[in-house]
Amino acid sequence: MARIIVVTSGKGGVGKTTTSAAIAMGLAKKGHKTAVIDFDVGLRNLDLIMGCERRVVYDIVNVINGEASLNQALIRDKHCEQLYILPASQTRDKDALNQEGVGKILEDLKKDFKYVVCDSPAGIEKGAHLAMYFADDAFVVTNPEVSSVRDSDRMLGLLSSKSRRAEQNQEPIKEYLLLTRYSPERVKLGDMLSVDDVQDILSLHLLGVIPESKSVLTASNSGTPVILDEKSDAGQAYADVVARYLGEDRPHRFIDDKKGFFGKLFGSK
Amino acid sequence: MSTDSQKTPYNPPALEFKSSTFTVPVLVLSSNDLLVIEQQLQEKVRLAPEFFRNSPLVFDLLELNKRNLDIDIAALTDIIRKSGLLPIGIRGGNAEQNKLALALHIPVYSIHNSVSANSQKPKAIVPPPEPKTESVATTLITQPVRSGQRIYASGDLIILAQVSAGAEIMAEGNIHVYNTLRGRALAGVQGNPDARIFCSDLQAELISIAGNYKVSEDLEKAVGKKPVQIYLQDHALIIKDIV
Repeated sequence: MARIIVVTSGKGGVGKTTTSAAIAMGLAKKGHKTAVIDFDVGLRNLDLIMGCERRVVYDIVNVINGEASLNQALIRDKHCEQLYILPASQTRDKDALNQEGVGKILEDLKKDFKYVVCDSPAGIEKGAHLAMYFADDAFVVTNPEVSSVRDSDRMLGLLSSKSRRAEQNQEPIKEYLLLTRYSPERVKLGDMLSVDDVQDILSLHLLGVIPESKSVLTASNSGTPVILDEKSDAGQAYADVVARYLGEDRPHRFIDDKKGFFGKLFGSK
Repeated sequence: MSTDSQKTPYNPPALEFKSSTFTVPVLVLSSNDLLVIEQQLQEKVRLAPEFFRNSPLVFDLLELNKRNLDIDIAALTDIIRKSGLLPIGIRGGNAEQNKLALALHIPVYSIHNSVSANSQKPKAIVPPPEPKTESVATTLITQPVRSGQRIYASGDLIILAQVSAGAEIMAEGNIHVYNTLRGRALAGVQGNPDARIFCSDLQAELISIAGNYKVSEDLEKAVGKKPVQIYLQDHALIIKDIV
């Protein structure tokens, strides 16, 4: 049975699109046929991060309006055959989306794909609502700072009350916490919330901690999901996240400041 | 079947009775001085002439009859009509007044606690009020209450998970939070001063009992991380450890 994953946060700029791209690529690399959908109509970014912006012909709004078929709009990723991207429209706004149209697209995708990753826009309005409404699993992306944590908390409330699963009294959406842009050094100095602080406030299953990393910016600018950069800490962290989501048991990394005295002396592990 | 042709369904009735509810202004009189009534009524009408023009009106004599003040019904209806209002009913009148009103084609309305009932028939024996059942359902929440969520309980509210900052929980009765309370908690919201708040870690943004509140700035840092109860004593919120 296909699963619909929403990557959401409430707050903007925390790494939703980076995460969507990385986990979609990760799932596809593991051999699962995966589609990733950009719900950020009007502020389309996913195509850039995935490096397919020059191949966009049709987008999700065209599909909803019946101007293109789903297969016409889906773009096959150039790195991985199992991965397809459904871009957002840049010239429209969120009102171009509707629940019926989105539901139809997701139903169709579920027939063909194992995982459908929905990249939610920031906010809690229509675009974000539609991105999460049909979800089975939610990856809540949070930065270790208070406003991001509170916005995530708000989003968790909406997931448990305003989703289809909630409205139809089905088993609730499975919620996972993804802590991004984490910097153990700054946690140590006390200017960043620690994993425990965030866990304490959100009380959510921690799927992974993604360290603050230069490789994320490099990857975004070059249009290759960071998970493909297997040498980078962020890439490895995302690989762990995907493995854990698929049921593997992997210890958490990148939580502690590992560059201690010996670390500095002998290089990082 | 065709014996009674007037009742065949093919002959739709020319009329039917339906029940309908209207909002009608009621003129409650507390004086039987017709001159004063006329003067004050016209003053009122002058304030909103459009509203009162040809407005139906029921006049209420309950207050007068409680004080045994009689009034001339015919003169009163004249005054009302002169002010541009159309009297369509009498309420709270005694038997004599009702009879006079009916003679003027003004129907009689009843109110259940009317004294007119007293004058006509012996007071019905009022059964003693049922002992109030205090078993208003308790609301139980097992999931975390997230930022932006609001929960209202008409009885007691028991929450087994945490209450996040930015969440709001309200109960007409007591509130129990068997976890960290970071949001706003308002107990006894309908004014019950005996309501209490219990929680195992008080970090609330605001706590309130029957409208008496404290915001987190007023709370001492020391109250957190241990079970406490909050109750009202002489209009002051008392926070006390539960040992």
